[in-house]
Amino acid sequence: MALPIYASPLQRAWYYGFRTICTLIFLFLIVPILVILPLSFNAEDFFTFTPEMLRFDPEGYSLKHYRDFFSNSDWQNAVVNSLRIAPMATFLSVSFGTLAAIGLSQPHVPFRRAIMAILISPMIVPLIISAAGMYFFYSRIGLQGTYWGVVMAHAALGIPFVIITVTATLVGFDNSLTRAAANMGAGPVRTFFRIQMPLILPGVISGGLFAFITSFDEVVVVLFVGSAGQKTLPWQMFTGLREQISPTILAVATILIAISIALLTVVELLRRRSERLRGMSPG
Amino acid sequence: MANTADSSQDIAHSAPVTGPVLGNDGRPLKASLAKSLRRQKLRALGLIAPLLIFVLLTFIAPIADMLFRSVENNIVGDVLPRTVVALQDWDETSGELPDNATFKAMALDLKEAVEDKSHTRLGSRLNYEQSGISSLFRQTGRKVKRLDVEETTDFVAAFEDMNKKWVDVENWQTIKAFSGRFTDGYFLAAADLTKGPEGIERVPENEQIYYTLLLRTLKMSLIITFSCILLGYPIAFLLATLPLRTSNLLLILVLLPFWTSLLVRTSAWKVLLQQQGVINDTLVWLGLVADNARLELINNQTGTIIAMTHILLPFMILPLFSVMKTIPPSYVRAAKSLGANDWTAFWRVYFPQSVPGIGAGSILCFILSIGYYITPEIVGGTKGVFISNRIAYHISSSLNWGLAAALGTLLLVVVLGLYWLYDKFVGIDNVKLG
Repeated sequence: MALPIYASPLQRAWYYGFRTICTLIFLFLIVPILVILPLSFNAEDFFTFTPEMLRFDPEGYSLKHYRDFFSNSDWQNAVVNSLRIAPMATFLSVSFGTLAAIGLSQPHVPFRRAIMAILISPMIVPLIISAAGMYFFYSRIGLQGTYWGVVMAHAALGIPFVIITVTATLVGFDNSLTRAAANMGAGPVRTFFRIQMPLILPGVISGGLFAFITSFDEVVVVLFVGSAGQKTLPWQMFTGLREQISPTILAVATILIAISIALLTVVELLRRRSERLRGMSPG
Repeated sequence: MANTADSSQDIAHSAPVTGPVLGNDGRPLKASLAKSLRRQKLRALGLIAPLLIFVLLTFIAPIADMLFRSVENNIVGDVLPRTVVALQDWDETSGELPDNATFKAMALDLKEAVEDKSHTRLGSRLNYEQSGISSLFRQTGRKVKRLDVEETTDFVAAFEDMNKKWVDVENWQTIKAFSGRFTDGYFLAAADLTKGPEGIERVPENEQIYYTLLLRTLKMSLIITFSCILLGYPIAFLLATLPLRTSNLLLILVLLPFWTSLLVRTSAWKVLLQQQGVINDTLVWLGLVADNARLELINNQTGTIIAMTHILLPFMILPLFSVMKTIPPSYVRAAKSLGANDWTAFWRVYFPQSVPGIGAGSILCFILSIGYYITPEIVGGTKGVFISNRIAYHISSSLNWGLAAALGTLLLVVVLGLYWLYDKFVGIDNVKLG
């Protein structure tokens, strides 16, 4: 919608006005995240720009909050716990979820709508309700406060994402390929791993990334289902924010932003590859 | 091989004969087809079954447990079995105390309950319904050990001796009212209602916390949804009208916050909105705000609204954008060539076609925001919290799990109702990620 040369002054004013408004909204979206980055290098324990920082004086900047993060045992335990929980939860939701997505994509599935509704429900139900229910039920069966309790809760929360992304990839899947493989003598297992899996892999990986992020970023459920032994990174951040907020949190936030930029890039590349494989876009 | 050849000859022979069409194994084709369809269905179900069982166990069972807990009330019947039976014959509206036998049953029940200290749990359970009853049970529990059931004849006097509150008819009314296996007490409490002598009535105005909280949750969710529409619509419109290359680039600015950890975004706002934070500093530096009159942006409703609008904005932009992409630009051009000015062309032609996107985004934002816990907890202070914060409080601090479950059930019903609408108008299958 480039501005035509015959545009009236009013149209001109609107054209530039609208772009200004949009720029401001984009700033609202992105600035809060970007402001964190320089603040995490603050040499003082302040949450605002010191005069030294504004003068770009090297004295005003330091890595001390990062040093604190890497030397503080609370934070390091939290990182270890997150890295123990998230991959296991991702593994469970991806392996169960991929199988079920393949099942759901068959042409004849009885009760498909009901099954889909049940499998998607962890995404729909507000987290606080899931957390409350899991807290009640898991303490009944002795899973509350255990590693496996948290892993299973997180796997359940990640499953809808795997189901959605993998079924979306399977929509474009050409079933004659599996028939051709079977025709040439490959068994169902071999067909799955050699033919179907490589083709739906982009969907599986991005579903897995969503599941990983869900677990890695989840705090409400782990607050209730977990105990001190499962204190994850978001939990540690949450306590930090609620009690004594220390600038170390900004260093952690910066690291997490870097991770999410990396993940966003991976998902975008996978999406393009998947579309190219299925011939949906020429690029 | 020979077998197949035989059966194919069979077909050749049987072809002219009228009757069911046979497959090459000699069975009716229809039956074979049905069998293979059945096998396909079973195979599909077999693939789905592990996950379905997993979700039923790890997710659906907990939700069912919560629903059950919101009405469950076994504790009175379990701790005071004899009393509950004895109270059945007592007329609670008479205004008289139960008979001596009921007091004796209570003495026997309490003696047993003191052994495993379940009388204190019962006391705190009944205390939700009538305050003061918890201390009554605790004190009596200490004294009832010394009561000799064989020797005593006048149990009413013995109980009055232990604690005067036992001759208060109101306490007995409460015990009888909550002696059933199931109760609606938690739901009544969640709706700010109480069971009085003359049936269900509203609690006094100054104690109506849940009604106020629910109203505030709905009001603030509406405000947040509306601000998301206001901010999201121009962005989605811009993205949909720009050339693909530019819009893909700008889309990153929307996706980056979407992908950034919720805790990171919340901490960003906690840092920015402080009185000594970046926003206030900037406003003071610009001279818009006096240094001694810095704005209070955090620990109140303003903080919650700003932070949550930022967090939910991508959930508005993405569905809006995907709807607007499908609106053909030729419609607006056609409207203009028929003489509509810019505004009319937009308002009468473009906007109505983008309404489904607004609907989808709004329902999504609204559902997400009424169930939010983390952000209100951190930036909301006391005035900016939602109903979910109250649920968390009852689970971890006040330990009134029944009330937490009842509040959760109410919230769940609202959310499922909204999702039903969403499914009706948009379709759950159309949920897109990234």
